[in-house]
Amino acid sequence: SSSGTSSRDPFVTDEARTSYEDIVSYNNFYELGLSKSEPAQNAGRLRLRPWAIACEGEVKKPEVIDLDTLLRWFPLEERVYRMRCVEAWSMVIPWLGFPLGALLRRLEPTSRARYVQFTTLLDREQLPGQRSDVLEWPYVEGLRIDEAMHPLTMLAVGLYGKSLLGQNGAPVRLVVPWKYGFKGCKSIVSIKLTERQPATSWSRAAPDEYGFYANVNPAVDHPRWSQATERRIGELRRRPTLPFNGYAEEVAGLYSGMDLRESF
Amino acid sequence: MRAPARTISPPRAAGAGVPAGRKLGWLPPAVVAGGLIPLVVLGLRAGAGALGPDPVAEALNQLGLLALVLLVASLAATPLKLVSGWTFPLRIRKALGLLAFFYACAHFLTYAIVDQGLDVRAIVEDITERPFLLAGFVALLVLVPLAATSTARMLKRLGAARWKRLHRLAYAAAVLGIVHFFLRVKKDATEPMIYAALLALLFAVRIASAVLHRRAAPR
Repeated sequence: SSSGTSSRDPFVTDEARTSYEDIVSYNNFYELGLSKSEPAQNAGRLRLRPWAIACEGEVKKPEVIDLDTLLRWFPLEERVYRMRCVEAWSMVIPWLGFPLGALLRRLEPTSRARYVQFTTLLDREQLPGQRSDVLEWPYVEGLRIDEAMHPLTMLAVGLYGKSLLGQNGAPVRLVVPWKYGFKGCKSIVSIKLTERQPATSWSRAAPDEYGFYANVNPAVDHPRWSQATERRIGELRRRPTLPFNGYAEEVAGLYSGMDLRESF
Repeated sequence: MRAPARTISPPRAAGAGVPAGRKLGWLPPAVVAGGLIPLVVLGLRAGAGALGPDPVAEALNQLGLLALVLLVASLAATPLKLVSGWTFPLRIRKALGLLAFFYACAHFLTYAIVDQGLDVRAIVEDITERPFLLAGFVALLVLVPLAATSTARMLKRLGAARWKRLHRLAYAAAVLGIVHFFLRVKKDATEPMIYAALLALLFAVRIASAVLHRRAAPR
């Protein structure tokens, strides 16, 4: 392309970034509290080091990897992604992290590996919200392996150039920009490759409301509210929600032949 | 043509409207003034940009919650009187009900003007397609005739029996308001369930009292 009209870079959107203050004070992380503000208040309970991730399941090289070791293996990149919450609000967040695919390739998945399951730390002292039974703990999320290997999918350890804070899922979390925010498993202690589709937390809690795929889709409403529009934090008026959160060009192909109303 | 004035059957009918007597005349205006304080606080916070990262959601949540709390409070007046014998709740019932209607309107207008930018088509579509919005909107509509007939003159005009029957709709509005709230929360339904339990309790007191009355009545 000759002119700069198609400056579209899926890895770094040029949309206005949400303020750091808002990103670290408006959070859904039930393990640290049910309101939007509680996670920031309780985040200090999380002990962020030492931190290890058990990389296990259908891989040739299972290993418990210390997070600092992991950070030496993979160079950090800044990715500026839209983040769309299932509650119909959104942010633009400059994440710092590395592609999940790089780690998975290093683990050498076996031929039976078809899904990747992520698990949050289970510790009632550090994550006091786990004393309540709003969800079954620990929090579990999952991706199909091709989704997990997609270059947009990343493990984030920071934002705005700083280390992640507890309320944002420190020290390491999943970011899948074309899916609703709840797919982004926080404070991850296990990455397990599996043959079967993992039973993920929200789809187990309310299967008719939250599907396994949870791709951002303005045409498929949550049974009780619309997904057609969203409010970008920092703005007053709603804006239309884009299919796959604006990443359709990159990821729609992963779902060709699938009925996304059925597999929502 | 005006309908002939009906005779209002005392003494119970008096309890349906504004109880006679001049005692505690300062109470209703004080309740109205106190009930408007949260609005002032909300306005000041909005003006100072202190409503948090999602100020529209915060304002909507606050106004909606105030409407529901005040509506339930107004419905508590009669049961409270039945249980305690106090008459002051009946004197402030109307003020509470009107405040509830006022906050319900403010809640809806914030949604229609700020959230939806007065896009009438979008609003109609939204309300007709989302059960949770429909419940809230119908609750507001139900409150309109109640607010419109809240004056002593309208009570007289309708007749106490009809007025009472009409104003029982306040229970329907409260149920719809709670359904609206319940459908909105993602997982933790504790708060709407508290209001539902409270409303059920108030209703139970009325039923129990009616049953006891019937039993105690001379044959």
